[in-house]
Amino acid sequence: MTLLELDHLTVRRGECPVVDHVTLPVAAGECVGLIGPNGAGKTTLMRAALGLEPFSGTSSLAMLTAVERARTAAFLPQARQIAWPMDVETLVALGRVPHLPRGTAPGAVDRAAVDDALHRLGLDGFRQRIATQLSGGEQGRVLIARALAQQTPLLLADEPIAGLDPAQQIATMQVFAGLAQEGRAVIVSLHDLGLAARHCTRLILMHQGRLVADGTPNQVLTPELMAQVFGISIWRQDSPLGPVLQPMGVL
Amino acid sequence: MSVFPAAFRTIALGVALLGAASLAASADAPKRVVSMNLCTDQLAMLLADEGQLISVSHIAFDPLSSPMVEQAARYRKNHGQAEQIFAMQPDLVLAGIYSDPYSIGLLRRLGVEVVQFPMERTFDDIRANILKMGQILGQQDAARQMVTQFDTDLAALGSVTAEHPTALLHYANNYTSGDKSLAHHILLAAGFANATTEGGIAAAGSVPLERLLLLMPDLVISGQTYPGASRAEEVLDHPALRRLREKQSGARLTDAEWVCGTPFVLRAVMRLVDIRKRM
Amino acid sequence: MAVRTPLIIVLLSALTALFFLSVIIGPAGITMADTLRALLWGQGEAATLVMREIRLPRAILAVMVGASLGLAGAAMQGYLRNPLAEPGLIGVSGSAALGAVIVLQTGLAAVWWLALPFAALGGALASVLLILLLAGPRGSSLTLILAGIAISALAGAMTTLVLNLSPNPFAASEVVFWMMGSLSDRSFDHVWIALPFMIIGWILLLSLGRPLDVLTLGEDAAATMGVATGRTRLVLVLGIAACVGAATAVAGAIGFVGLVVPHILRPFVGARPSSLLWASALGGAVMVLAADLAVRLILPDRDLKLGVLMAIIGAPFFLHLIYKTRGEVR
Repeated sequence: MTLLELDHLTVRRGECPVVDHVTLPVAAGECVGLIGPNGAGKTTLMRAALGLEPFSGTSSLAMLTAVERARTAAFLPQARQIAWPMDVETLVALGRVPHLPRGTAPGAVDRAAVDDALHRLGLDGFRQRIATQLSGGEQGRVLIARALAQQTPLLLADEPIAGLDPAQQIATMQVFAGLAQEGRAVIVSLHDLGLAARHCTRLILMHQGRLVADGTPNQVLTPELMAQVFGISIWRQDSPLGPVLQPMGVL
Repeated sequence: MSVFPAAFRTIALGVALLGAASLAASADAPKRVVSMNLCTDQLAMLLADEGQLISVSHIAFDPLSSPMVEQAARYRKNHGQAEQIFAMQPDLVLAGIYSDPYSIGLLRRLGVEVVQFPMERTFDDIRANILKMGQILGQQDAARQMVTQFDTDLAALGSVTAEHPTALLHYANNYTSGDKSLAHHILLAAGFANATTEGGIAAAGSVPLERLLLLMPDLVISGQTYPGASRAEEVLDHPALRRLREKQSGARLTDAEWVCGTPFVLRAVMRLVDIRKRM
Repeated sequence: MAVRTPLIIVLLSALTALFFLSVIIGPAGITMADTLRALLWGQGEAATLVMREIRLPRAILAVMVGASLGLAGAAMQGYLRNPLAEPGLIGVSGSAALGAVIVLQTGLAAVWWLALPFAALGGALASVLLILLLAGPRGSSLTLILAGIAISALAGAMTTLVLNLSPNPFAASEVVFWMMGSLSDRSFDHVWIALPFMIIGWILLLSLGRPLDVLTLGEDAAATMGVATGRTRLVLVLGIAACVGAATAVAGAIGFVGLVVPHILRPFVGARPSSLLWASALGGAVMVLAADLAVRLILPDRDLKLGVLMAIIGAPFFLHLIYKTRGEVR
């Protein structure tokens, strides 16, 4: 089942295309890693796909009404904003807002969704903590939990593991991979090619607004493409514990 | 104002006669007189000889404050500033006790004689100021005649009464007048009792509206309103007072007849007597 | 929506108690029994006039104005995600006062009774739009305060000018009223002028609970959670303009209510913007009732301006908030 369909999606800043005719279907069960250098258009692509930026071409998400879209796709922006000192549980429960008709209180289903999201991110002991008093990494996990609580078929996460410690980076990527295995789809932008290689089912490589490569990690993470797009040399090996990839040097 | 009784015409006549019948001034009387205060303006216009008074204050031209706008038109207008007045080369300047002391000081240093008149708070003060003005302008006989006429007119108003309904003087900012004011004596002269003093509020000044309401006066006399708008005047039309006026009576006073102690206060007394008789 | 029952009970009790005190205390020195007899059964002609035409509308206005200002402050802070955002401080009240003064002095207000609230609303609307334009979707403290200073200064100067040009001898001295606010000698006339606008403002702002909650996570997150951000902004602007415009039209510019009240109550509602809306409306009513009572008790005969008292209480809060948020002031 296709959860997202982008067709010649183009975003221009003035004359310059920031996202240049990207055509992309995302199906249920996929954990799509969005990689590319800074300024490649990853964030803009996600925002445009969600209808947060004006664009030409089509995006299946942007065609939905605001509420339908909120029930179809959750978005985790790159900037981690928690404006008020709310407790973690309340904050995560905000993810249920799209599912609550006006004037209704959260019910058992909603509480279960919040519990599940907190549990997946290892935040069970943080329920009553004030979110703004947590460390940056912990706040990042709280916000991921909020997006999970939205329980949408599709999740778009913009650099969700930036600033997390190694254990939390791995745990978070495992959560995303787990969602894909459950039949949902995740699009996650990230800079850690090693984690991308291990946890994503599919990688999309962007460069200067264009989609340069789209395929399995093996197809995308080739020395040639890495050299061409990132200007780096890589070392990669298939180990018994899965693929290992390490950027080695700048070309 | 056709409702006014014959007494009105008596006063008007009296005042008019005085102007015409003023006797020739004595030789040492001032010849170029400038008045810079609304109240001295009126007394001077009533008593001065033809050509003796050359200028009156600009307020005398304002119908909201001056009962003698028409007469004022015959004189030059001054704004109470020393420079302007000095340029008129007066040999006498008439001022009020509260006129700008800076201007008065400057005029005196320039060698101009300035006579200040006290504020009139009672009818005796009015008589005294009329006589004083007559003295200064060299019109003693006219002044004495005016006082006599004033007393005659006052008596003719028929304000002696057994019943003394209370009247509340209510001005902008909830200001009210106590017994040290001319307005108080105008009320008494018209056969009213001042609700404020009767109610034990001795001093004049701003009094909370609710305390004024508790006086439950028989008549509310409201200060006049000026053009433009102000919160200060908004209280004059407060719904609580409207309610009061529905039950009791109310009158709007015109400042022109109340502010200065001149024979014109008789018009105010006359209007009040008329209201009282209809109550 | 977490209902914090104890907080609501405390606020409602305080509101009831202060309303009662506000009605029975006054310069006329009527005994408590007589005030209630007059108020409820109309016994005693003079006392009834005092109670029903002076004290009751004053207490009702205090509640209305306080609720409107508290609510407007909470909504504005929620939307801009900035605890320093307050309609009074950033010139919205001042601009509303300018609108009011213009129609009063040109005589329009005397011709059409709705001209006064509409003009105040218009002034407030213009300044809110300007502030949002300058401060951007996320109101950074620096632009917010700088824009506020400029708008306040301009509105204050223009108000002073209009009053100075007035032919009315009393008008010039009333700059103080328009800039500091007072409820003295108000009447049911003012209640009826303000009430329709305030009710509209309350409905608009209270409807923003969910969008404001979700905006805690930022504009992008909110937009992907079903919040129509454009509509939210429109509702917010109109709601604030209606509340602040109507309050200022009848009571002058009373500052700091929308700052202090949400600040005090935020911890009690778990910082949740939607709960803070209700709480701040109640809290604002409590605060203005208390302040108006204090004004009457401290200097009964001098018409101490409400805004003066609010500034004495509120300025330390404001300074404290600036101190606390100075790290993020950009």
